[in-house]
Amino acid sequence: MKVNILGGGPAGLYCGLLLKKANPAHDITVIERNPPDATYGWGVVFSERTLWEIQEADASTARAIIDRFVLWDTIDIHYRGQVVHYGGQIFAGLARRTLLDVLQRRCADVGVAMRFRSEITDLAAVSDADVIIAADGVNSVARNTHAHRFGPQLSAGRARYIWYGTTQWLGAFTFIFKENADGLFQAHAYPFDGATGTFIIECAEDVWQRAGLDQADEAESLAYCERLFTDELAGRRLLSNNSRWINFATLRCARWHHRNIVLLGDAAHTAHFSIGSGTKLAMEDAIVLADALSRHRDIESAFNAFEAARRPAVDAFQHAAAASRTYFENVKRYLHFEPTQFAFHLLTRSGRVSYESLRLRDPSFGNTVDRWFHRAAAGSSPIAAPAPFLAPLELRAMQVPNRVVLTGSPSDEATDGVPAAAYLRRLAHRAATGPALIMTDPVAVSAEGRITPGYAGCYDAAHAGAWAHLVATIHGESGTRIALHLNHAGARGATRPGREGLDRPLSDGRWPLLAASATPYATRGQVPRAMDQSDMDRVRAAFAEAARLAADAGIDMLALHAGGGYLLGSFISPLTNHREDAYGGSPAGRLRFPLAVLDAVRATWPEDRPIGVSLTVDDCVPGGISPEDAADAARALHQHGADIIHVLAGHTVAGAHPAYGRGFLTALSDVIRNEARVPTMVGGFLVTSDEVNTVLAAGRADLCIMDPPEADRTDDPDSEREARR
Amino acid sequence: MTATIATERMRIGVGLPSGVPGASGRLVIEWAVKADGGPFASVACIDRLVYDAFEPLTTLAAAAAVTRRVMLAGLVITAPMRNTAMLAKAAASVDTLSGGRLVLGLAIGARHEDYDVAGIDHHDRGKRFSQQLAELRDWWEHPKIGPKPPRPGGPPVLVGGLSDEAYARAARYADGYVHGGGPPRAFARAADRARAAWIDAGRPGRPRLWGQGHFALGDTATADAGAGYLRDYYAFTGPFAERIAAGHLTTPQAIVQFVRGYEEAGCDELVLFPTVADLAQLERLADVLG
Repeated sequence: MKVNILGGGPAGLYCGLLLKKANPAHDITVIERNPPDATYGWGVVFSERTLWEIQEADASTARAIIDRFVLWDTIDIHYRGQVVHYGGQIFAGLARRTLLDVLQRRCADVGVAMRFRSEITDLAAVSDADVIIAADGVNSVARNTHAHRFGPQLSAGRARYIWYGTTQWLGAFTFIFKENADGLFQAHAYPFDGATGTFIIECAEDVWQRAGLDQADEAESLAYCERLFTDELAGRRLLSNNSRWINFATLRCARWHHRNIVLLGDAAHTAHFSIGSGTKLAMEDAIVLADALSRHRDIESAFNAFEAARRPAVDAFQHAAAASRTYFENVKRYLHFEPTQFAFHLLTRSGRVSYESLRLRDPSFGNTVDRWFHRAAAGSSPIAAPAPFLAPLELRAMQVPNRVVLTGSPSDEATDGVPAAAYLRRLAHRAATGPALIMTDPVAVSAEGRITPGYAGCYDAAHAGAWAHLVATIHGESGTRIALHLNHAGARGATRPGREGLDRPLSDGRWPLLAASATPYATRGQVPRAMDQSDMDRVRAAFAEAARLAADAGIDMLALHAGGGYLLGSFISPLTNHREDAYGGSPAGRLRFPLAVLDAVRATWPEDRPIGVSLTVDDCVPGGISPEDAADAARALHQHGADIIHVLAGHTVAGAHPAYGRGFLTALSDVIRNEARVPTMVGGFLVTSDEVNTVLAAGRADLCIMDPPEADRTDDPDSEREARR
Repeated sequence: MTATIATERMRIGVGLPSGVPGASGRLVIEWAVKADGGPFASVACIDRLVYDAFEPLTTLAAAAAVTRRVMLAGLVITAPMRNTAMLAKAAASVDTLSGGRLVLGLAIGARHEDYDVAGIDHHDRGKRFSQQLAELRDWWEHPKIGPKPPRPGGPPVLVGGLSDEAYARAARYADGYVHGGGPPRAFARAADRARAAWIDAGRPGRPRLWGQGHFALGDTATADAGAGYLRDYYAFTGPFAERIAAGHLTTPQAIVQFVRGYEEAGCDELVLFPTVADLAQLERLADVLG
């Protein structure tokens, strides 16, 4: 087999080497535009796992590079003049130049031909091969030639960054956060040989411009950065190698192969440098592609197998890298964190590392986090501090012993708004498992505010009696508190039972609906009436009356539903509010009625009991509410007496929803909590205590709604279905 | 990320050989008869137009006539290629003929060619699929259209697919989610998404979760023949075909582990499809499952 490899970087050389080793009869040529000793880039980083894979694939390469590795197992985070250490994760750094030397030598040993100083601008020049491996980087000529086949998508990051080297001896992987008059800069630095380190500096676009770096030449930039990091560099130098300020471009391709051409490494995918994975992914690609080509009879199957094996791993890294990139682009949001929390948040930014995995690697860091969290929560810092989810929380006079919230499995078995005994039993049963808080299903503030005829309400004495009974049961057994989730269904009212699917209008017995504007929720839904002033007065009074009944029933906390496409939520989103009066238009106008309702409830509800507001913070549709809009709304709600924001996403309009998975609302809660500086409560399918502890310790929320699998097991859909027949 | 929920008992179904090229009508019927004798909870059919495969609802109607016990599952039927009213009527007919044993797995289908050959536009098929799901139960309740499905709410509907939309559709309109196949880890991730979507939508109860696998039990030649079929059947998916072929179950041990993995991930019903059209396959699978 004749193979032409475009690009003599780590991916191309390594793949050539492995192919030739597997079958010396292959005729392999690596074509590189630069001379063999060109030096681009400083160091590369590998994790333990990658080292092991390199060891497996070619022991000689592994031996040659392992001797030259700088190993470290600490991450240092410089922040607010302190340094937080986190240890236990082994990394290996190596000069890119050294890696290339080793690979070039190994290629020469096994007989891979290498053509340097050979720029390929036309694929025809290399088409005399059975297989063309495009390892020619993010600007791949081969990929660009067949762009419509490979379907590349490039998205540029918002931050500016520059690659420098440094003569400072770094003892660890180092993050430095540094503010000056121009703004916030961060450095990502790590050693790669005995004397030199990589030193990447990153800042926001506006900071970059304020600092005049957009106008600065190479020497001026270098001087500015050396001045900025004087303390951390301890007088040593930064090194420029034609270094320029750029935006990081993330590359994704719909396909990695076309005919006999296959993309490898940066030509196929890039992942933000902050998780240090570019060379690692490229080397792993090379191992898998070489293996696939030697196992499969035909090229198409080999390429398919390569793509099938590598896509999931690459997708996972790109996902983590995107989260990491977003973190660094928004890191200003977290400058109010104390160093321990700041470090924990940074270390868990990509979603790959959790509370337990940090503890496992560095138990002492874990203890620091527990003790810090407990002190922040309870004012004391006991030597035997429990995990964050066992820290108490105070909302007004309500004190809860932990951070876990449970809900009941939704029910529409109520009769005329009186919650079904079976539903109340389920809630009490869950309360007995010891959560901080039990939150009910949406409870209607009026008969017309019910989602289905079977939804519970809180609008007459019988309802209040049922809730009072629940309160007595739960308070009698545990310290668990009860939050009543007050709602008016708005345009989503008068629908059929949820087990038959959502938002199907009732065929019999439907009632007229109210909403901000006269738009049906689902395409086949009932058209609501746009509320006039008297409707608004009535609904506001209904919320206040429900609050009074709930207070008398002994309910501990109210949650007002202002999301999910229900009545209050329909005012907030521009997708559902088309009003031209004072209750529409601007964000303030759209928030006016929900705030008026909150004011009325706050006035009725006891001063010392908390109120939460359920807010859709991302409509998941272009033109809808964004997390940034929602942060403003959250701030306003907080000023009007909302003690905590319950974070939701999607469902403002039918069919719009977030991307589902474990913890799918966590990132949104993080934005609201730390942008608006209000406490948040978040669900989003948190299943394990590890997930909850990670959310809490990182300051992404203050209360977590858990969906433990045990709860899931109690009701079998088939037996329920049978029971209905 | 694997969920570790031990369900009380996962049911196991078996695919009819109606999607394996060359299978005779007689074999498909005999297979259904034998499967009805146990230990299988269901028999299932795939749906592909441009392939040597039987039409699923027609096949399930035939199976309905020769079985008394097993559930009859379409896994999965490409809904947007069918007129909604006609699909609803066909499903109601099979459901009624079988005394309420139909399980209707529906999806968009990954194959453009099927749409092109049928002369059906595939550009807005996602939107049309949502519309179909919203309408299905209305057709079953339509005062002038029969037969009326024997069960209230009609046959259970499962939605398939791996897009974010698929999980949301399952949560919004259906009774559950059917995964397209892969190792237990892949199922567990998909099941998590389906559960997350279900809870987020505020649906009562929990979603039914179905999984699928492929098997060929016997000598190496049998395994190779089965793998060849999978590559051919999934050829249009490129890399995915290799992943499916890699998950081909060819030993009793592999089947036992696969079943166990799915059970631990909270699967309600796992359907194993044959990749070789030979009645001996059904017997061997029954042996392994005991």
